[in-house]
Amino acid sequence: MRAMSEKAVLTGEHFFIGDVAAAEGALAAGCRFFAGYPITPATEVAERMARRMPRVGGVYIQMEDEMASMAAILGASWGGVKAMTSTSGPGFSLMMENIGLGMMTETPCVVVNVMRGGPSTGLPTLVGQADVMQARWGSHGDYGSISLSPSSPQEMFDLTIRAFNLSEKYRVPVIMLTDELVGHMSEKVIIPHPSEIKLVERRKPGRNILPEDYLPFAGGKDLVPAMANAGEGYNVHVTGLTHDEWGYPVMSDQAQERLVRRLVEKIRKNAPDIILFEEVGLEGDLEAVVVAYGCAARSAREAVEVARGQGRAVGFLRLITIWPFPEDLVRRLAQRTGAFIVPEINYGQVALEVERCSGGRSDTVSLGLMGGTLHTPEEILAAIDEFGRRAKS
Amino acid sequence: MIRKMRPLPPFDPAVLKAKVTSDHGLHPMDVYLKPGRIPHIWCPGCGLGVVLSCFINGLKMAGLRPQDCSMVSGIGCSGRAAGYMNMDTYHTTHGRAIPFATGLKMAKPELTVTVFSGDGDLFAIGGNHFIHAARRNIDLKVLCVNNFNYGMTGGQVGPTTPIQAKTTTSPYGNREHPFNLPHMAHASGAVYVARWTAFHARQLVVSVAETMKKKGFTFIEVIAPCPIGYGRPNKLGSGLEEMKYYREKSLIRQEADPAEVGIELGGEIIVGKFIDADRPTFADLYLNSPADKDKK
Amino acid sequence: MKKFWRLPLDAGSHSIPIGEVRIIKDRCKGCGFCIEFCPNKVLALSKEFNAKGYHPPEVVKEGECVNCNLCEIICPEFAIFTVLKEMRPVTREDILKYTERHSPSSREAPDEEPWG
Repeated sequence: MRAMSEKAVLTGEHFFIGDVAAAEGALAAGCRFFAGYPITPATEVAERMARRMPRVGGVYIQMEDEMASMAAILGASWGGVKAMTSTSGPGFSLMMENIGLGMMTETPCVVVNVMRGGPSTGLPTLVGQADVMQARWGSHGDYGSISLSPSSPQEMFDLTIRAFNLSEKYRVPVIMLTDELVGHMSEKVIIPHPSEIKLVERRKPGRNILPEDYLPFAGGKDLVPAMANAGEGYNVHVTGLTHDEWGYPVMSDQAQERLVRRLVEKIRKNAPDIILFEEVGLEGDLEAVVVAYGCAARSAREAVEVARGQGRAVGFLRLITIWPFPEDLVRRLAQRTGAFIVPEINYGQVALEVERCSGGRSDTVSLGLMGGTLHTPEEILAAIDEFGRRAKS
Repeated sequence: MIRKMRPLPPFDPAVLKAKVTSDHGLHPMDVYLKPGRIPHIWCPGCGLGVVLSCFINGLKMAGLRPQDCSMVSGIGCSGRAAGYMNMDTYHTTHGRAIPFATGLKMAKPELTVTVFSGDGDLFAIGGNHFIHAARRNIDLKVLCVNNFNYGMTGGQVGPTTPIQAKTTTSPYGNREHPFNLPHMAHASGAVYVARWTAFHARQLVVSVAETMKKKGFTFIEVIAPCPIGYGRPNKLGSGLEEMKYYREKSLIRQEADPAEVGIELGGEIIVGKFIDADRPTFADLYLNSPADKDKK
Repeated sequence: MKKFWRLPLDAGSHSIPIGEVRIIKDRCKGCGFCIEFCPNKVLALSKEFNAKGYHPPEVVKEGECVNCNLCEIICPEFAIFTVLKEMRPVTREDILKYTERHSPSSREAPDEEPWG
C-alpha cells in the first residue's frame, strides 16, 4: 500500500447518496481493498471506491465477475487488509459459494447487497427487499450469519463501520442488506472526526504462543478463534473442507460436529452483543407493533407516529440487524400485542420470522409488495386500523 | 423450539504432537513440509508428489524461505498440495484460487504467491479467472498440474483431455477438442510460459526457480501421470509406465511457438520454456496511475 | 570399443562424488520411479514389505551412487534422499568403466527388469 494523498475520513457534513456513504463508511473503518463488479444499483459504491482507493493508499480491482470479487476480498482479508465488495441480487446469488467459503474459513469481510426487484434480472433500477432469507440461508450448509439493514444514507455510513467491526470481532462475513431506495437517495451525512470512530481489529494469537502450538480454528470463550494473517510466521492452512482445530482437513463426523456447531453458535451465543434495533413505544399493552427495516421503515415510522398521535397503543420496531433475528424480543412482545404488522417489499420474509417467534400468541400481518415501490404511510395505517387489537390475556 | 444434540466430541491436541515427533524431519525437504502430514493422500505413481517435490526444490534454488511464500490451491487432487506445505496456505473453492490469490497478493505484495492447481480447476471452472489474471499480469506464479482428466472425482473428461481418450464421462472416447494450455496462457498475456512433464524433474526445478524470480504472471504446465484416472482407462499402465511414456514421447523444443504445441493421444509432447517476456505488472501500472496528479 | 591410453589431462581437477542412499522405508508407496530413473541403476525393488504393504527399494550397487539427487527430486513421497559420503579422485578404472558402459556394443543390451 502506498502513501495517502487524501484523507480516508472526510470529516464534515456531506450530501451523499447511500451508496457513496457506504463507501465512505468503509474507508473510515479502515477498508483498504475493494474488489467489485458493476451492477445496478450498487455500481456507485464501486465507482466511489475506484476514485478514493488509490488516493488513500488502498487497492481497487474491478474483477471479471462476482465470484472473483468475493474470492479476492477473502484473499485480501487473509493478507491482513480489511476488504469489501458490493453487489445486488444477481451478483449476490453468484457470490454464495464463496460467502460459504468465508463462513467456513471464518474470514472477516463485508458484502454490501443493495437489493433490487427480483428474482433473476428483475427490476434493476427499482427497490426490492426480497434477499432477506437468502442473506441468512443462501449458501449451502449450516452457519451463522449477520446482516445489517440501514434505512438512510447516514446509517449507510455508520452501519458499514459497524459491519466491519462485527466482522473483525466475530470473524465472519457481514452482509449490509440495504435496498435501492436507500442506496440511491441523497441525504445529509455527517462524518465525525477519526478520533470519534471506534474500530475493532481481529484478535491475534497471543505473543506467548509458539507458532507450532497455535490452533487457528479453536474458538475462545466467545467461540471466535484468534486470526493469524499470511506472512506472520504461523503457517496456517485454511481450507473450505471440514477441518479440525489445526485447520487440517478431517473427514469425520466428530470434526463436523465440532466445527459446524461452533460456526452456528458463534453468532447465536453472541446475539445479544450483535443485535441492534430501534424501538418506539414498546411499553405496556399494545394493539399493534409495526416491524420494519430499510426504506419501508421510513413509511412505517410515519404511520406509527400518526397512530400514536391519535392516541392508539401502537409500537414501532425497526430492525437494524435483521440477522441474527431478535427472537427473544419478539417472543416477549407477542404476549403484549394483538398483532405484528410487517410491511416489506417482498412476499413476507421477515414476517415468517416474526410469526415463528410470536408462537401463535399474536397475529402476524404481512404487508407485502413485490418490488418497485414503497409502502405509503396511509396503507400501513389502514392495516393498523384493520388488524390492531388488544392482546389475548 | 427444543434442541437436543449429541454431546460434543472431544479434541485432543496430543495426537498430532505424537505424529510430528516420530515422523517429521527425516528428509531434507521436510523443512518445507507441514509436520505430521506426510504420507500424503495421492496414489502410488501419482505425479503430484513429484511436482510438489520439484516445486520445493525450485523454492530452495531460488533462495526463498517458507515464510516468504504462500500457496493458494483450488479443488481437486492438486488442491490438496496446499495442505502439505509449511507456509500460509489457502485451499479455496473450485476455480477461484486465482482471484483469491489476487486479493492476497494485493494485500501483501511482499509474499511470493503461488497458485498450485490442476487442469480442470484452472481451465474449466477457473478459465475466466485465469485469462483475466494473465491479462492484468498479476504477479502470481501459476503451476498447472495437467493429468488430462478430473482425477479427484474418479477420472472424468476435462478441458485438456485429448480427442479419443477414454474417461468415465467419455466412455466411447472424448469427442471434444482440448485446450492448448501454453497457447492460452501466452495469448492471455502471461510473461513466462513453460511446459514440462513430471519426468523432466530437473528442468522443472529450474523453471520453478526462474518463475520465482520473475515479476508478472508466470505459467508452468506440468504433465503428470494419473494411473488411476487416466492411465488405466487409456492403457498407459502404471505411474511408472506413464513416466516412461513421457520420456519416450517428449521433445524439448525451447522457444517453440505456443500455438503449435497441442497434444494428441499417442502423439509427441513438446516441452520447454516457450515464452519469457517482460510486461508491466498490474501493481506497477496501478501504483503509477495518475490518481495522485489528478486533482479532481 | 574405445579405450583411452592415458587419463584426460584435467583428470586431477575432477573428483567423483560418492553418495549414500537413505531410504525412509515406511513412506514408500512402491511407484518405482527411483529404481527406473537412477542413472547408475543403483536401486532395485526389495522383497521386504513396509508398514503399508509396499516393497521399498534397496541399494544393489554399493558405491555406485554419485549423489546426483535425482531420486530425491523425483520421489513423490519424500521417501528417499542421498547424502555426500566423500569425493573420490578420478582413476583410470573409472574412465574405462564409463566408456565401456556407454560404448555402442553395450547400448544394445537391454536394461535389467527391475520387477524381477
